[in-house]
Amino acid sequence: MADVYVPWPQPRAKEFRGPSRAAARAAVSAYRAGAPWVRKHPALVFFALLAGGCLAAWGVQFLCQEYVRVEQRLLLTARAQPGQWLTLEQLAAGAVEVRAAVPAVLLYPLQMLVVRDALGLLGIITFVSILAMFAIWLERKVAGWIQSRIGPMRVGGWHGWSQSLADGIKLIAKEDLIPAGADRMLYRLAPYINFVPALMGFVALPFGVYWVFRNLDVGLLFILAMLGLEVIGVLLAGWASNNKWSVFGALREAAQVVAYEIPMGMSLLIPIMVAGTLQLTGEDSVMARQAGGWFNWLAWHSPWTFVAMFTYFIASLAACKRAPFDLPEAESELVAGFHTEYSGFRWSLFFFAEYAAMFIVSGILVLLFLGGWDAPWVGLAPAAWGEPHAPLGAQLLYGVIFSGPFWFILKAMLLVYLQMWLRWTLPRLRIDQVLFSCVQVILPLTMIVLLASVFWELALGSSAAFRVFSQVVSFVLALVGAVIAVAIVLVALAGLRQRRALVGTMGVERPLPGG
Amino acid sequence: MSERIRLALIGLAVLVAVTLMGLAALLSSRPLEAFAFSVFAGALVTSALAIVLTRDIVRSAMWLMGALSSAAGLYFLLGANFLGVVQLIVYAGGILVLIVFGVMLTGRSPFLRFDPRPAETALAALVGVLLFAAFSAVLLGSAWPPLPGAVPVRQAATVREIGRALLTDYLLPFEVVSVLLLAVMIGAAYLARPVRR
Repeated sequence: MADVYVPWPQPRAKEFRGPSRAAARAAVSAYRAGAPWVRKHPALVFFALLAGGCLAAWGVQFLCQEYVRVEQRLLLTARAQPGQWLTLEQLAAGAVEVRAAVPAVLLYPLQMLVVRDALGLLGIITFVSILAMFAIWLERKVAGWIQSRIGPMRVGGWHGWSQSLADGIKLIAKEDLIPAGADRMLYRLAPYINFVPALMGFVALPFGVYWVFRNLDVGLLFILAMLGLEVIGVLLAGWASNNKWSVFGALREAAQVVAYEIPMGMSLLIPIMVAGTLQLTGEDSVMARQAGGWFNWLAWHSPWTFVAMFTYFIASLAACKRAPFDLPEAESELVAGFHTEYSGFRWSLFFFAEYAAMFIVSGILVLLFLGGWDAPWVGLAPAAWGEPHAPLGAQLLYGVIFSGPFWFILKAMLLVYLQMWLRWTLPRLRIDQVLFSCVQVILPLTMIVLLASVFWELALGSSAAFRVFSQVVSFVLALVGAVIAVAIVLVALAGLRQRRALVGTMGVERPLPGG
Repeated sequence: MSERIRLALIGLAVLVAVTLMGLAALLSSRPLEAFAFSVFAGALVTSALAIVLTRDIVRSAMWLMGALSSAAGLYFLLGANFLGVVQLIVYAGGILVLIVFGVMLTGRSPFLRFDPRPAETALAALVGVLLFAAFSAVLLGSAWPPLPGAVPVRQAATVREIGRALLTDYLLPFEVVSVLLLAVMIGAAYLARPVRR
């Protein structure tokens, strides 16, 4: 008799011990204390947390910004050398001169770049965690609504808001299996190679004028490189699992991503060519080119950028393996594709990476085509609110809403929602259809659009009559874009209203049980 | 259990190496940069050695990723952002994926082994030594003007300058390389065409 699986006696379940036990207990008791509040006043708690989060994020960002202002002043007046340790007196003098809104004591620890970087990284990691948990919850709700179900309803009370939290705790406590025939080292390594690049993409992704960790002159290329590195984690996971479904998933991922990288990069080249820079924020950047509201956004600059926006969106669906291009994990044919063998925390890392990548590709689209963090209209907030001498409240509003992450996150989340919508609407393609549509349809289309865009830009520079014509075209396109945007939002709202009705003749009048 | 001990030993070795690098970096005038340089250079040399010494092809490819990323890190450290990013996109994101893809498509056994014959090893060693000698000769033979003390390093060329240089001063090499790549592409498409009868 070879190894026969004996179901009983089971080995004793592992328990949390030491500090992790204390942390788990604290988390559970905090949840028990907080959940009734959320059940009673969900909207109040939600908006309080949102406002608190905005305030905390803005506070940290504002402190760093004030420090940089003071330091620049000191450097300009030659009272300090670059790299020199500043004393409290120097900082206080500088703060008085630039009329900084915060005392010098708070600025003192910030002069170490390490401290500022640690704060920034902490912000990025917090954002990605919250984003992934929220997006997974949203995905399940959207899937439920589209399929006339109700999605998670129980955990936490209000529409199952803490379902992802509970799942996270479950996944951490779950047994971490490694198949007997797997390449153990590579199997362990793969989730990290998948997750870390997705996180690093946020390093160069600006959320607002000053809300960027590193404003690289090659910011866009850096993010694309990180998205490209992410594939290796998937490949490695599939290969190291030593499972035929995993290997098929990995093979499909490799073929699909390498193919779609080309139309994706070429579609991005078009707005980059119009703006003439790869930098995402700053004086000479893609964002500076789009200042001034809806009609200045690059999506409606010419017919070619308009088409490029759609080709980029399709290619980006394939790049983060969302339906209809979700072949690497095609659950109806490959069990779960490349992560068939994964369980527990390693499995959840793949999902963190997927949702982070979804946000990054949507963020790139928003930055390059849809005006980034600018509101669709201009002139809502006086520019004086953003000045260093404005009252703190005005600066807060300006920093968060008018030049900060509010509109950026709103637009990007709308696109993420669109990706989810498509996932639960469209059927999955076959791998040969995926590659056919890339190589024979989208790639030639982007090439034509790229070429046409080059000539359009040349003509813009040489002929005044053409410039007028181009402005008329861009105005019409902007109106078309507005109609499309409003239509998308209206259809989504109508779907939300009708979410309990079944399609066709199976419609039910009464709400479903549990609703 | 032995795997855990091995992992702990690897971690300990990395920790010791990084500590030693940190201590050595403290002696230099710019400790942070010296430390970052030694970390990237150490990772580069280690993974380059591991590429050669590993028998498992996919693991070897992963070490190649380590080597390419460390080289990109060195470029970033030098302020050559464009070069570093292109290194990551082209080599780590493109060529490495193609290598692993090829291995997965053609490999029959789950974990491909790579067993060179002694003659091949000797030949490879000879080529390696020759290359090393050539590079050392060039490095030792060229003059390295000493950097004056506290002069800040000039910002590396921006993307715009690189693009301008490619289309003005270096137009001919740029075009020659483009034509070469086009020829390669046509050749690949020709080889991969479906056979029609």
